[in-house]
Amino acid sequence: MENPFIKLDDVSFSYESGEEGPVTVLLPPILKHINLEIAKGSFTAILGHNGSGKSTLAKLLNLILFPTEGKIYIDGKNITDENMTEDDVYEIRRKIGMVFQNPDNQLVATVVEEDVAFGPENLGIKPEEIRKRVDEALETVGMSAFKKHSPHQLSGGQKQRVAIAGIIAMLPECIVFDESTAMLDPKGRKEVMDTIERLNRENGITVLHITHNMEEAFRADRVIVISDGVISLDGTPQEVFSNVEKLRTVGLDVPQVTELLYELKSIGYDEIDYTETDELKCAKMLAEIIKRRGSGDPE
Amino acid sequence: MLKDITLGQFFPGRSVLHRSDPRMKIILTMLYIIVVFLSESTVAYLVTVAFTLGLAIISRINVRVILKGLKPLLFIMIFTAFFNIFWTKGESEPLLQYGVIKIYKEGIIFAVKMIVRVACVLTGSSVILTYTTSPIALTDGLERLLSPLKKIKLPVHEFSMMMTIALRFIPTLIEETDKIMNAQKARGADFSSGGLIKRTKALLPVLIPLFASSFRRAGELATAMECRCYRGDKGRTRMTQLKYKPVDFVLLTVMVIYGAGVILSNIYLGQLLAI
Repeated sequence: MENPFIKLDDVSFSYESGEEGPVTVLLPPILKHINLEIAKGSFTAILGHNGSGKSTLAKLLNLILFPTEGKIYIDGKNITDENMTEDDVYEIRRKIGMVFQNPDNQLVATVVEEDVAFGPENLGIKPEEIRKRVDEALETVGMSAFKKHSPHQLSGGQKQRVAIAGIIAMLPECIVFDESTAMLDPKGRKEVMDTIERLNRENGITVLHITHNMEEAFRADRVIVISDGVISLDGTPQEVFSNVEKLRTVGLDVPQVTELLYELKSIGYDEIDYTETDELKCAKMLAEIIKRRGSGDPE
Repeated sequence: MLKDITLGQFFPGRSVLHRSDPRMKIILTMLYIIVVFLSESTVAYLVTVAFTLGLAIISRINVRVILKGLKPLLFIMIFTAFFNIFWTKGESEPLLQYGVIKIYKEGIIFAVKMIVRVACVLTGSSVILTYTTSPIALTDGLERLLSPLKKIKLPVHEFSMMMTIALRFIPTLIEETDKIMNAQKARGADFSSGGLIKRTKALLPVLIPLFASSFRRAGELATAMECRCYRGDKGRTRMTQLKYKPVDFVLLTVMVIYGAGVILSNIYLGQLLAI
């Protein structure tokens, strides 16, 4: 890949055990020799079961955690370099925004617009400019009508959109969503997913979406499956989800559409192409098969 | 059930006092308290009472709310008044004498003055500050007013950040307490019967999970704040800028006139209406 936005070069990570001693003891590695490149403006989903290391990977990207081994490059800059100053670290954190799982635990202020302003305020931006950015960010996530509300008056999906606005207001180039839809109801989940997709398509923000929801992963351009600290699958959603057996061995469920087609194929419907993931197209394909079998071959 | 706790004592409105700058209101409250305690002569007291009533009227806060605010201190007021009446010694003949108990005119005057003073301070400071200023504006005003103290290394910003986060999380934690209580009730916990000790003990299974989750929340919030480039006060700007408006200076002028009035009536009108 030419000039990837994010590049991981043989990155490993282990937590230190809490024990005091002359030598820091490392726990078994969470990530093992990861090599990965993410293109600018792409929408990548990262899948993995609990404890697979996917959230750890996200935290390495903005230096909340520091890799035990290997190098990380953001926009061509080695962020694991020893000469990184404090200002450089904050510049990386501005470039790569992060939205977490629990919407309650990332909102700081008691008024929505004050919360969105929190990031730009930390960056030391001029008041008039912050005002402009806050209004624009709230507009982008469709929360302008709520700018004077208090966070506890909002639904989960709305809170999460406010959290996203708080990141957008810092004008990031990439946003990492760390299971940001996991605690939401179906409605909130849809609101947030639509917002994420729009940010990627319209605003050109690079999106890394960490999830264990297959339907969400489908909306990405690329899916990476992490299992036990290594990348076990990497490709377009179609490519990845057609590896039904492999996905099962790493403890993930395939999307229902794929599962249905896969099962049908395995009991003898050879003509089925189970890499098809669009529900409507699948329904048409199945209808075709039923029609053909029903008329031509009455067995 | 826990949801109807009101946060602070703030009553939203659009009165002059509501629209005034929080920094000015803090200054006004301090000036006001000083002036009330400077009131000595009867005329000064009358001025103070009139001024306080005036404040209460322009704040447009419901009279019932103000009276309710005085209630918690009623007992202390009566209690101290009672001691003042019986223990103050006057120069003239006692008004009433019954064995060792003597009641002097001075004692009664002193007790009445004290009640008026406490009632005024309480009403005045709540209508200037607590009833008409949202908690967030209050913290904000306090931070900016105290910001010169940052020079002597006082953690003013950190303190106000703590206040903001506390205010932000009170509703969240109340909601969570409710949930935990329901969960424990579903397992047979009983919070509403038995004596004080039994009830306090029954709260333990609520407090422990509440604390555990608060620590987890704190950790997550800290990470989220770091990700949003928070590094304390360093290089931080604010979106909302506080600006003194003409109304603030009008209020300040009124307060100064009131203070001057009290001092002058102490000096020149001390004998007028003297009891």
